[in-house]
Amino acid sequence: MAEMVANRITDIGPPKYDEMWPEIIKNNYGKWLHHEILEPGVLVHVAESGDKLYTVRCGATRLMTTHMVEDYCKIADEFCGGYFRFTTRNNVEFMVTSTEKLEGLKKALAAAGNMPIGGTGHSVTNIVHTQGWVHCHTPAIDASGPVKSVMDALFDYFTSMKLPAQVRIALACCLNMCGAVHCSDIAILGVHRKPPVIEHSHLDKMCEIPTTIASCPTAAIKPSKVDDFKSVAVNADRCMYCGNCYTMCPAMPLADADGDGIAIMVGGKVSNSKCMPKFSKLAIPYIPNEPPRWESTVKAITTILEAYVSGAKRYERIGEWIERIGWERFFDVTGFEFTKRHIDDYRFAATTWRTSTQFKW
Amino acid sequence: MAIKHPTPMLDELEKGPWPSFVTDIKRAAEAGKEACADLLGQLELSYNDKEGHWKHGGIVGVLGYGGGVIGRYSDVPNLFPGVEHFHTVRVNQPASKFYKTERLREIMDIWNRRGSSMLNMHGSTGDIILLGAFTEQLEPIFAELTQKGWDLGGSGSALRTPECCLGKARCEWACIDTQDICYNLTQEYQDEMHRPAWPYKFKFKISGCPNDCVASIARSDCSIIGTWRDDIRIDQAAVAAYAGGEIPARGGAMGQGVKLDVQKDVVELCPTGCMSYEGGKLAINNRECTRCMHCINLMPKALRPGTDTGATILVGAKAPILEGAQLSSVIIPFIKMEEPYDEFKEFVANTWDWWDENGKNRERIGETIQRLGLQSYLDALGFDPVPQMVKEPRSNPYFFYTEDEVPGGFDRDIEVFRKKHAR
Repeated sequence: MAEMVANRITDIGPPKYDEMWPEIIKNNYGKWLHHEILEPGVLVHVAESGDKLYTVRCGATRLMTTHMVEDYCKIADEFCGGYFRFTTRNNVEFMVTSTEKLEGLKKALAAAGNMPIGGTGHSVTNIVHTQGWVHCHTPAIDASGPVKSVMDALFDYFTSMKLPAQVRIALACCLNMCGAVHCSDIAILGVHRKPPVIEHSHLDKMCEIPTTIASCPTAAIKPSKVDDFKSVAVNADRCMYCGNCYTMCPAMPLADADGDGIAIMVGGKVSNSKCMPKFSKLAIPYIPNEPPRWESTVKAITTILEAYVSGAKRYERIGEWIERIGWERFFDVTGFEFTKRHIDDYRFAATTWRTSTQFKW
Repeated sequence: MAIKHPTPMLDELEKGPWPSFVTDIKRAAEAGKEACADLLGQLELSYNDKEGHWKHGGIVGVLGYGGGVIGRYSDVPNLFPGVEHFHTVRVNQPASKFYKTERLREIMDIWNRRGSSMLNMHGSTGDIILLGAFTEQLEPIFAELTQKGWDLGGSGSALRTPECCLGKARCEWACIDTQDICYNLTQEYQDEMHRPAWPYKFKFKISGCPNDCVASIARSDCSIIGTWRDDIRIDQAAVAAYAGGEIPARGGAMGQGVKLDVQKDVVELCPTGCMSYEGGKLAINNRECTRCMHCINLMPKALRPGTDTGATILVGAKAPILEGAQLSSVIIPFIKMEEPYDEFKEFVANTWDWWDENGKNRERIGETIQRLGLQSYLDALGFDPVPQMVKEPRSNPYFFYTEDEVPGGFDRDIEVFRKKHAR
């Protein structure tokens, strides 16, 4: 122990931000004048000094190996003086200072085969996503597989800029919603449909019962004695399968091959441009898990995108488009079924009901 | 080692134009990483079962810290011994994720020798995620990382790793020094990050302008969003160039050939209607502008944010569990954000004191504010209410007074009342 404590370095934080800036950013920090998107995936920023910085954005898988990172490093060493960066949506950006280097860089990226250029302007960019079956213990769906399947289908939208506005897609494998699912144009959400199965013989040994009871948003859990074991009982009528009790208590698993699947939500945004930020709302309550290609989910998202492209005005995000045409029309143009599950029944649900005679037939 | 398990379903995900995580992981498996081969095997089993195969939870870490490592164990370790332990190490990323290859290779070298070679670049909160270590490797990994100048990020009921947009490094709209704020706060609050001491997690995110490229308003308990108080700067010659089609709309976001219609696309889409375009001249009534960024987004060469810049501070964003999803709400409409950020840090200290004192177990600050009322939080901060804090005033009449606000107080005698009002 003493040996472990000796020479221990702690609380140093990350490397300072300016240590890994290319020279041109050091020279023009805070002095940028304007930018332009030259073509899908390629930006130019112009500084007060007249310096020009060209950026090429590439799609990336987020889950990657050191081999992939080394591939990026080699490109950065060859063309960018050893500097590159990642975006807040897990794309990769390479930066150069001349059009000659830019052409060489683009050729090298095209030759690499796994670094598609795009994700700028009115495109579908990378899907912010979570751990899924690769690492997490509470998922209802996988993350990397559905993301790959959706991006393959929408690839043409990543490499072009032909949408009314930018479209942000996000995925969370359970309704902890790690990431951006609650505020995205289109959101893929893992959901369960069965209450937890309780391991009465082990629950008291593995779980703190009061915190488990307090973890339920609908108060469906109460203390209970079963076969002389101190345990809990779940009122199945009040349980909506959120899985938060399992997060607190390992003796209450709820994953189920037949029960679990995907809900699709639409219309969220975080920017303040034109309208205030919006939450995404339920479009489809359930699509089954269909590994490895999740065909029904891919089809649903394609349907939403195609309806949006043909119905939205320029600069209208998906949420703005839906609010203009009305939700009844959204279900019309997508052909999605409207069900009782679309009607909110949690807490301040009444604020989402139609308190007006204004609606479309 | 190579590929030791058949993966017919995952093999399907090697097809198609988007880069394939399967192809990438197979490369590492073929190079001899047992963890990669076994991860593919276990993932294929999950695809067959339509259920995950990780055991619940896992508490591991490094000495001196209460967080930074997420424990994970396979529930089928006999089939896939390479991922029997598959712990995640969160490494604090440099602000806005600029890398120099030689520094990034320091981490890759450690991770190739001591871990699975798999990563997330990056976790949703911002960290570099090293995915898949055995317990006995955690201390050596930590020792080697810190030797090279890298520290762990946050996890648990602590301050999580702060993150920012790229700000002044490569954006003409950054109203605050997002990277310096991010780095400064990260360093100032190292103890709060590494040793969980709170009711629940707490996140900072810093965006340079209201476009909010790091989604701070949705994904951080305390959202710091750059803004300005003076006039939008207009270059009328550039406006004319947009109107004439010499500069593409929105900096070319729909292609180089697309012409901007200044009246229809900019003036008529302004949410407050505070713009006009007459006689080839664009005018903005800045007093009525809510700084939404739309006009600036559409004409980056003609319009720029003002020069009296600072930030709006919003508090309380969280995902649905437990009481429902929340976006952050305005607490400080405008604050100057200049190093060493003393006024902001005083606000942070008061916020944490109030939440630590009042927050219930696993209650995010947004939920504590909901439960006790925004007024209670503002009182603790010593802030006066302003209309900018609400979208609209309350519509119900259920408002409270304290006893000292009402003449005569609350202590009354029923007999005195009865002298005037018979039973």
